[in-house]
Amino acid sequence: MASIGKIARRSFLIGSAAIVGGVAFGSYYVSRPAPNPLTAGKGEAALNPFVLIDQQGVTLFAPRAEMGQGVKTSWAALIAEELDVDLDQVRVLHGPAAKAYYNSAFMTDALPGKGYDRGEISHAIGNALGHLGKVLNLHGTGGSTSMKDGFTRMRAAGASARETLKQAAAERLGVARSQLRTEHGTVIAPDGTKFAYAALAEAAAQLEPIEAELRPSSQWRLIGTSQPRVDMVSKATGTATFGIDVRLPGMKFAALRMNPAQGGGMSGFDATDALKMPGVERVVDMGSGIAVVASNTWLAMQAAEAVQIDWQAAPYPPETDQIFARIAEAFDDTPNSVLRDEGDADQLPPGATELEAEYQVPYLAHATMEPMNATALFEDGKLTVWCGNQMPGFTQMKCAAEAGLDAEQVDLHTTYLGGGFGRRVEFDYAVYATRLAKAMPGVPVQLTWSREEDMRHDMYRPGALARMRGAVKDGQAVLLDGKVAAASPVAQAMDRVAGLPAAGPDKVHVEGFFNTPYAIPNHRMAGHLSDVEVPVGFWRSVGNSFNAFFVESFIDEMAHAAQRDPLDFRLEMARREWEPAAAVLEAVREMSGWDSHPPAGTGRGVALCYSFGTPVAQVIEVAQQDGSIRMTRAWIAADLGRVIDPDNTRAQMFGAMAYGLSAACFGEITFADGAAEQGNFPDYDALRMHTMPAVQVQLLENQPRMGGAGEPGTPPAAPALANALFDLTGIRARRLPLMHDFDLLV
Amino acid sequence: MPTTLRINGTPHQVDLPGEVPLLWVLRDEIGLTGTKYGCGVAACGACTVHIDGEAVRSCQVALSDVWGEVTTIEGRGAPDAMAAVQQAWVDHQVAQCGYCQSGQIMQAASLLAENPTPSDADIDEAMQGNLCRCGTYPRIRAAVHTAARKLQEA
Repeated sequence: MASIGKIARRSFLIGSAAIVGGVAFGSYYVSRPAPNPLTAGKGEAALNPFVLIDQQGVTLFAPRAEMGQGVKTSWAALIAEELDVDLDQVRVLHGPAAKAYYNSAFMTDALPGKGYDRGEISHAIGNALGHLGKVLNLHGTGGSTSMKDGFTRMRAAGASARETLKQAAAERLGVARSQLRTEHGTVIAPDGTKFAYAALAEAAAQLEPIEAELRPSSQWRLIGTSQPRVDMVSKATGTATFGIDVRLPGMKFAALRMNPAQGGGMSGFDATDALKMPGVERVVDMGSGIAVVASNTWLAMQAAEAVQIDWQAAPYPPETDQIFARIAEAFDDTPNSVLRDEGDADQLPPGATELEAEYQVPYLAHATMEPMNATALFEDGKLTVWCGNQMPGFTQMKCAAEAGLDAEQVDLHTTYLGGGFGRRVEFDYAVYATRLAKAMPGVPVQLTWSREEDMRHDMYRPGALARMRGAVKDGQAVLLDGKVAAASPVAQAMDRVAGLPAAGPDKVHVEGFFNTPYAIPNHRMAGHLSDVEVPVGFWRSVGNSFNAFFVESFIDEMAHAAQRDPLDFRLEMARREWEPAAAVLEAVREMSGWDSHPPAGTGRGVALCYSFGTPVAQVIEVAQQDGSIRMTRAWIAADLGRVIDPDNTRAQMFGAMAYGLSAACFGEITFADGAAEQGNFPDYDALRMHTMPAVQVQLLENQPRMGGAGEPGTPPAAPALANALFDLTGIRARRLPLMHDFDLLV
Repeated sequence: MPTTLRINGTPHQVDLPGEVPLLWVLRDEIGLTGTKYGCGVAACGACTVHIDGEAVRSCQVALSDVWGEVTTIEGRGAPDAMAAVQQAWVDHQVAQCGYCQSGQIMQAASLLAENPTPSDADIDEAMQGNLCRCGTYPRIRAAVHTAARKLQEA
């Protein structure tokens, strides 16, 4: 297995058997394969970019960021399903940054349309477009895409490797391949003789890869069944290596202190005092801040605080109210998008009751448990970087640019991520570590951000505003006319990654706003983009995270204006629009006992959001207890079309809900003098053991397409809770976090 | 002047200023990275270790103040020889990103040592200082109950 450490990303022979002792084949599934990044050594076979077999056994590559969503296990299970290996007998690695590991589902989800209304042709176009991901070097994890992306490709990779191994055995035995079968990592001959895959590796490496039919779902052993996660034992024993845990001989530890007015420059600094502090070796100019390299992270952090720095102002207005005033100005501009415009939203239908409301949500930090960090070593004209990241291709490219190298001269090792939530789509931490490594050639440097540095230098979930207008008549919604305004994570990320302006309608900005699966005869939803320069990025469920709060809170207001039960009101609209959305509402109605009378002193709220291809309904119950309000129980129903791993998907659903509830209750980043006012968990709290509701999750498989799992649980959480608080108190929450207006248990 | 610490049954000589928190001694000096940095202000519990069996936030204990034998997650049990509480974590498939779980497990182990049959309210009380941004709390609760039962049977 020595060669895994020497994995190369180029100079690869597609489909050739010319490498001594082994071979690596291109992935046949894509018509023109990207180079296989796995170079087989002697006695090894890299049967495709996802399967490597050597004398020790089978290694599967799951080149998706394991940030808690269980993708390492689920991805490996897709390969193992067809390869006929067991998950406890293989090794699973992330692998290098490589075009072959592109994400084909990123592009599919960017197609126009509501998603749930996509027909076969549009779906096929999406799949074809997906291969653009290879051209664009979109090796990455996000957008709840992994299973959609890997479902067919990885089974195909497993099947191809299996048949190629069988062919090697067939040639050795002089029998037809069809007479052989496979089980538990062995090829079994008609007489019962077993050949371990490892014993066939070298011979298989000499063969052209064989395409094979995929098995019908009735024959699946792994898919659809809960698998023990391959990372679980290491995470229960403290032996899983996160980026922050990388340890190298002679390694130095660094701390960062960047301008708290984010994007503002630095006029100068004086490190005299810091350089005298124990353990300190270097103070490095980071452009808009400094880093201290020391013998210990804590000593580096202390010294970073001792540097005298002359900061420049932020490029955005310095106070929260001014920032939101800037965002509100976007309402005066022509909308960037009107992706839903049905009927006539200008005319109030005769006899209808009109209502209007404005909502506001704050900026939010990602606050991953593991603060941003990266380790880098610049040596012999080569750069090696270790970090948890969601976009290896971009990270490698940006680190190469920082080091003045070509991407091929950068080895990127993607570790476990102590939370991603979209924050590790970015690459700033890796670029900073690269800068330190370049300043200290030959010395591995680990840069760890303090919690405060992490929270005050985020690409935040954008603060957002909505102006909602609706009308009801005879117990029905007859008009919904919404406008949302916020800065665009897509536009800012395009600039950060490629220096390019974004163009056209920004679908991510209005996801969960325009594509609600409700039939309303007069329905117009507009997205207005603000250019306010507060850094924003992709926060678990992105646009859905604020849009679901706006739409589902206002729908609740409309239901009450129509004097209807809020769940019934939604159900009728969903039934007319898309049956799977209605089914998840019916499921939470049943689970929560919605139709029974709630106990005195309790309130219940419901919300629905279709995001990342998955409709999710949630009911949350709140109760007055000992003078404060406690979330007591929650019910979640989600329709993923096909569930790869039920136990893991349930965990994603309640975990994503908890992430949404944490933000809804306690999360806000506010600004004073251009700096984020919150720096650590005491001022940016989250749900804890005693504030987390008991939760039940039901998974449905009614819809025809496979939906995502990691994010769709987040968007309904805030509105379901806000609607429950209205049910309990009669007070309508039109801003977040809810702790400002409700006496929540903390 | 070097300080001697007993960690997971082994003595370690450490030559660092006395104010360096135990957390950073463990992680950067001794290389025991299972104990995690999350906040540095005792607000998340990711750095929880035991000193003489008591759960403490190692980010708040200065090297010069370490008063007894330190046990970290690595000393609790190894992948091939897990403690009951770790096994319960695996049985319930608790971890998501896993970053906070060392601290959660050390806190739970301390709870179970003091209270072999904790109620839900006891678990709320003991575990609320340990933050999990993935929201694994329902499974942590179930795992603590399972570990309690297993330890009772043992």
